[in-house]
Amino acid sequence: MAGATSTLTASQRFESRSATRDHGVVRALLLALGLGFFVLFLILPLVVVFAEALRKGWETYWAALVEPDALSAIRLTLLAAAIAVPLNLVFGVSAAWAIAKYQFRGKALLTTMIDLPFSVSPVIAGLIYVLVFGAQGWFGPLLEGYDVRIIFAVPGIVLATIFVTFPFIARELIPLMEAQGSEEEEAALVLGASGWQTFWRVTLPNIKWGLLYGVILCNARAMGEFGAVSVVSGHIRGMTNTMPLHVEILYNEYQFAAAFAVASLLALLALFTLAVKSVIEWRASPTSTPGTRPEEPRT
Amino acid sequence: MSIRVENIDKRFGAFTALNDVTLDFRTGELTALLGPSGCGKTTLLRIIAGLETADSGRILIAGEETSDKPVRERQVGFVFQHYALFRHMSVFENVAFGLRVKPRRERPGEAGIRRRVMELLDLVQLAWLADRMPAQLSGGQRQRIALARALAVEPQVLLLDEPFGALDAKVRKELRGWLRQLHETLHITSIFVTHDQEEALELADRVVVMNQGRIEQAGPPQTVYEHPANAFVHGFLGASNILRGTIRDGLFHAEGASLPARNIHQSGGEAIAYLRPHELAIARRPDPAGIPAEIRRILAFGALARIELVTLAGRVPLEVELPQRDLAGLALNPGETVHLMPQGVNLFPSAEAAILPKPVLAKAG
Repeated sequence: MAGATSTLTASQRFESRSATRDHGVVRALLLALGLGFFVLFLILPLVVVFAEALRKGWETYWAALVEPDALSAIRLTLLAAAIAVPLNLVFGVSAAWAIAKYQFRGKALLTTMIDLPFSVSPVIAGLIYVLVFGAQGWFGPLLEGYDVRIIFAVPGIVLATIFVTFPFIARELIPLMEAQGSEEEEAALVLGASGWQTFWRVTLPNIKWGLLYGVILCNARAMGEFGAVSVVSGHIRGMTNTMPLHVEILYNEYQFAAAFAVASLLALLALFTLAVKSVIEWRASPTSTPGTRPEEPRT
Repeated sequence: MSIRVENIDKRFGAFTALNDVTLDFRTGELTALLGPSGCGKTTLLRIIAGLETADSGRILIAGEETSDKPVRERQVGFVFQHYALFRHMSVFENVAFGLRVKPRRERPGEAGIRRRVMELLDLVQLAWLADRMPAQLSGGQRQRIALARALAVEPQVLLLDEPFGALDAKVRKELRGWLRQLHETLHITSIFVTHDQEEALELADRVVVMNQGRIEQAGPPQTVYEHPANAFVHGFLGASNILRGTIRDGLFHAEGASLPARNIHQSGGEAIAYLRPHELAIARRPDPAGIPAEIRRILAFGALARIELVTLAGRVPLEVELPQRDLAGLALNPGETVHLMPQGVNLFPSAEAAILPKPVLAKAG
């Protein structure tokens, strides 16, 4: 009995029993509603992006992507993500470790603060950096004295990107690490492992799928961020434009095909992210490993 | 290696986990820390291992102060209640872990590691599982692997935290016998924590009974069982019948009987008697030293039959255990009045009974 039912998921079991099965009409209605919404609001825009991008043919599409300003925007986007993601990786792992494995004063505050970038409008996030580092800001004059430009320059864009992508990895890891507890780490320490060995050999392998998932989401957001970056960028073509900003400029100049061509790159990134995410979820789910947890025969 | 624990105090906020605990564990002995949950036994074990720090006091392993030594330098083996196997490593790698993390000059070569791991897997009789993942093992197998892993680093002392707590009764009994055998082969100073009195009495060379952060009694299983130091120990170790009464003329008067007692220290006043169910004989003839009681139920299965009775005077529930053969000879019937003759009465001042969590009747078979 147990063997037969354990291969079914909860929903399959729910469906297979007439007592818990819903009426056919309710089922059809729910499905139609869900699928209809999905097609109208999610699939259709995606199709439109690619259709518009390719309307004037592959040649125009390609030309829009290799144009110097577009290339510069792509390069800047990659650079911002390449800096923001590793930094948030280090931060996310240390914050999650601290919150899940230690007791300390201010833990609740730290947990709440990690969510701040989620609750604050990205425009505000950008404005904060303008206020702090801008020409009229707190450190503006000081920085100018050393000839360091942050606002309307690449450092500002990187800072804004780091800010908005701050919570992704930590948020992903905290519940995972809390659920796993610290017994395995304790076992490693008792067996003579150093803190570093414990991290590399025990903690990291246990969280790797969650971590990868967090990195993927963090990267997607880092490349796609618009609001915060827009405020600190200054929109200088070929200098401080990222891909989302470049799309907006092209669109405002009525270069629809070019705008959609660059947008299609971002859409491809989104699709790639989703694909990787599903692979990770499939790999990380316990049902994918056969023969889990046969208990000693119970009497 | 001997272990000495000196004046250990530990608090968690307002809760006192350990209150001035001093204990000696002799070399090569298997000691049980026994007590109800929350009595501080696991905390004490974790302090010895270094996984927890005491607020004050000292831990000496082989005469050497270890309080400030990091966990990884203490050379203790620790077995967790929920095994704590590394879930992403095979059984082989789990056991090899302690060898692989050694500093380079102490670390054996690949062949040496392989030999040592297979030796240990043979010792726990699970060599055929070397390539499995922990999730593919049963609870009993996991705990044996956890033990092999702990032994890999040749610990001076072995600490086991409720090692059989997560297993079901049958496996628990098997592993108990197996652990005793293993201890007799290896003779590592070992301490295990348990709340199961039967496990402690059966397995340990010495039993330490703890309650509310203090040590109630320490000694060989037989001594602790037969000569409990106080009401708590008596109540915790095995089943007890409890009678309230008064002391007069060197006898204990309760439920219409006048009983001679092993330990009358008071000349008079109230006292509480603890009687083991197997130390009550059943007689048909009235006797001044027999408690009149009515039979309620007879449970006649297994080697020992159990008879539930209530006293005639105060309707106090009592339980008697006697061999199946004796029961057949007596031919008792429910509803019948009999007289219970205690063979050993342990008296405790009535104030002591207050620290008992609850009257422990028929705690274990």
